[in-house]
Amino acid sequence: MRYTQEYTTLVAKDELAAGIYRFCLKAPAISRLAVAGQFVQVLVEGKQLRRPISLAGIDKQAETITIIFEIRGEGTDRMAKFVVGDTVDLVGPLGNGFPLPDAKHPVLIGGGIGNPPLLPLAEHYGNAATVISGFRTASAAILQEEFAATGATAVLCTDDGTAGFAGFTTQALEAHLATNPCDLICACGPMPMMSRLADIAEKNGILCYLSLEERMGCGFGACVGCAVDIRDENGNIKRKKVCTDGPVFLSKEVVR
Amino acid sequence: MADMRVNLCGVELKNPVITASGTFGYGHEFQDFYPVGKLGGISCKGTTLLERPGNPSPRIAETPSGMLNSVGLQNPGVEAFVTELLPWMREQDVTVIANIAGSSVEDYVAMAERLNDEDIQMVEMNISCPNVREGGASFGTSTAMIEDITSQVKRKLTNKPLMVKLTPNVTNIGDMAAAAEAAGADAVSLINTLTGMRINIRTRRPVLRNNTGGMSGPAVFPVAVRMVRDVYKRVKIPVVGLGGISTWEDAVEMMIAGATAIQIGTANFRDPYAAIKVIEGMERFADEQGLSSITELTGTLNEW
Repeated sequence: MRYTQEYTTLVAKDELAAGIYRFCLKAPAISRLAVAGQFVQVLVEGKQLRRPISLAGIDKQAETITIIFEIRGEGTDRMAKFVVGDTVDLVGPLGNGFPLPDAKHPVLIGGGIGNPPLLPLAEHYGNAATVISGFRTASAAILQEEFAATGATAVLCTDDGTAGFAGFTTQALEAHLATNPCDLICACGPMPMMSRLADIAEKNGILCYLSLEERMGCGFGACVGCAVDIRDENGNIKRKKVCTDGPVFLSKEVVR
Repeated sequence: MADMRVNLCGVELKNPVITASGTFGYGHEFQDFYPVGKLGGISCKGTTLLERPGNPSPRIAETPSGMLNSVGLQNPGVEAFVTELLPWMREQDVTVIANIAGSSVEDYVAMAERLNDEDIQMVEMNISCPNVREGGASFGTSTAMIEDITSQVKRKLTNKPLMVKLTPNVTNIGDMAAAAEAAGADAVSLINTLTGMRINIRTRRPVLRNNTGGMSGPAVFPVAVRMVRDVYKRVKIPVVGLGGISTWEDAVEMMIAGATAIQIGTANFRDPYAAIKVIEGMERFADEQGLSSITELTGTLNEW
């Protein structure tokens, strides 16, 4: 079995920053199958389509998963109203996750709500990893303690300079590369950020994976709603599905 | 227990529940949830003569009680369907309905020839895709064109029944169904999606990259029921009802309106088990009503 539908239980909920929530869900079946970089589809009463949310934590022993989401519209607003003890209908785990290649000096880069899926990656690479997280402002920053707890070096960036490095993650990466080795970049965030990262990775000859986002219908390949243009080894552009072909792609494959 | 089998123009379905084209892939996507052999049938993702990349993203937008899509018939083409996707389906003991779409009469005729001797049970001809400029819908909005394309495809598709899938984006769908019947269609299915649009008020851009898309989901169900009833009154060939069915009650309602079988589409996204729940609910209802066969529901509407 690759994925399943499961009635999970919300066991813990907290608000990490204004409008950003973390759910810990008891999900025996999904947690058993899940790997870093995958996502789940969350059913919301009154909405036709499920909401795709990436996994921010997988605890196979405790049989729990963690998801972190931002209120973006009606669906996520309703999700934010779930309370501990509620049953949450999930389909997952979906997508292929990060390939987790061997790396001595991986750099993980997240923009805003693109940060949560990097947490399981940081746990995988531990103190070898550097995590560069970017947020609009200090009050929107999340997960800095969690990243540090994995042993990774956490670098906080804010667009407005209210905390950490003043500027974008891409600038922080360039500063990092000037004095540090790097043999892998994994990123999740807004497309302009990832596009710039892909350029930097290419210029420096660094293997780079990007986790993409697109509006989804089903999440498991049936509706073909989440198309993205991907370039194959021969330079031919094919339209692939973010859900079943991704969401993680090599940066050089992504047509920008 | 009531007999759930239905005969759809010579093809015996285990039950009246077919999964709708474009919402169920080629079946294997749902195999992790349940054995797809439990279904009455699978109408495959719309297939064109050659591979099509479809439209750029975003292709999906949620709407009140429904959704818009503008996938634009992304598919690997009929050859890949037959050689790469059909073999797995054949192992599942499920009725396979090949859904075909094209941009010219010649495309449809060529696909009919290609599929005529393959191990599929039926062809559903999509002349109603709203997301492709030349994509079929133009064939489905004129009775003369429906007659022409249906009769030409029938001439080549000698070994399989032909079901014509109709668009609701017409003034009188009964006329369209009658045209298909007159030209030799063995069944009609309806409705395809209603053409719709949403606009982002900040950017003043359409939400979909294709500007417009096809609307589906529970919001269109009453339109579909009315149209199935109109068509059932108009033609003698079987009618397959679809459009916003998400519960077994909806499916029963659609059969009472005149459907011989029904299709589940958008509901598959919200609940991957939707089709199975519909089958089970219909079984319970049939028993509760003391029916010996589920076919006893079809066209039993008692109008005021």
